[in-house]
Amino acid sequence: MFLYLLSHYLKFFMTITVLAFGVAKDIFNAPSIQLELVNDATVMSLKYTLEQQYPRLKQLSSYLIAVNNEYALPEDYIHQRDEVAIIPPVSGG
Amino acid sequence: MMSSSPINILITDEPLDVTNCSQWVMTPESGGIDVFIGTVRNATKGKTVLRLEFEAYQTMAIREIEKIAAAAFEQWPLQKVLIHHRTGVLQVGEIPVTIAVSAAHRDAAFTACRYIIDTLKQTVPIWKKEFFEDGEVWVAAHP
Repeated sequence: MFLYLLSHYLKFFMTITVLAFGVAKDIFNAPSIQLELVNDATVMSLKYTLEQQYPRLKQLSSYLIAVNNEYALPEDYIHQRDEVAIIPPVSGG
Repeated sequence: MMSSSPINILITDEPLDVTNCSQWVMTPESGGIDVFIGTVRNATKGKTVLRLEFEAYQTMAIREIEKIAAAAFEQWPLQKVLIHHRTGVLQVGEIPVTIAVSAAHRDAAFTACRYIIDTLKQTVPIWKKEFFEDGEVWVAAHP
């Protein structure tokens, strides 16, 4: 039990800010939200956590995650202080 | 943007100046200039559109547009490329996007201009909201 708690503690949690645009801003009801993630979180686990808290995201036709102004892959890691943004289907032009 | 650069990118909430855009890409080596002007249409799928609102993820949008301009220069012999996009609320007839391309020969200018607007619509993080008489909707958000 102690070892479990220790390892849990050592894993650390980080709080990241997720920027939202377009329809995602409406779903969050804010231009950004704070999210607690484990330190080695991937884009995939970020999306899972987001969808647990904001189920309406699952109704979108699709959405991507950008990390530091670049489209990220599901297996990419997210680090503390990264700039993370949710990118709903784009419609510029 | 340094004046010596052949690429001119802008995201602004001010009206776009199409005349200045086409003049900017003019060079003595150019034999043709292609200008694409996107305009706000008064209807979508038969439904009256009152106005549009554009929102950009500014820093990333600039980077994605830079990638498109660089890719165009890699693929075609171009002189200059200008890509300007507007944000904020736009009325019917206003101009959300202007793309200007100059090249020695028209084929490259036509093809690159089309490539730029088509790719911009697919990759650049800018979003459009349509306002109707009975509500508003973010374009392409839902299936």
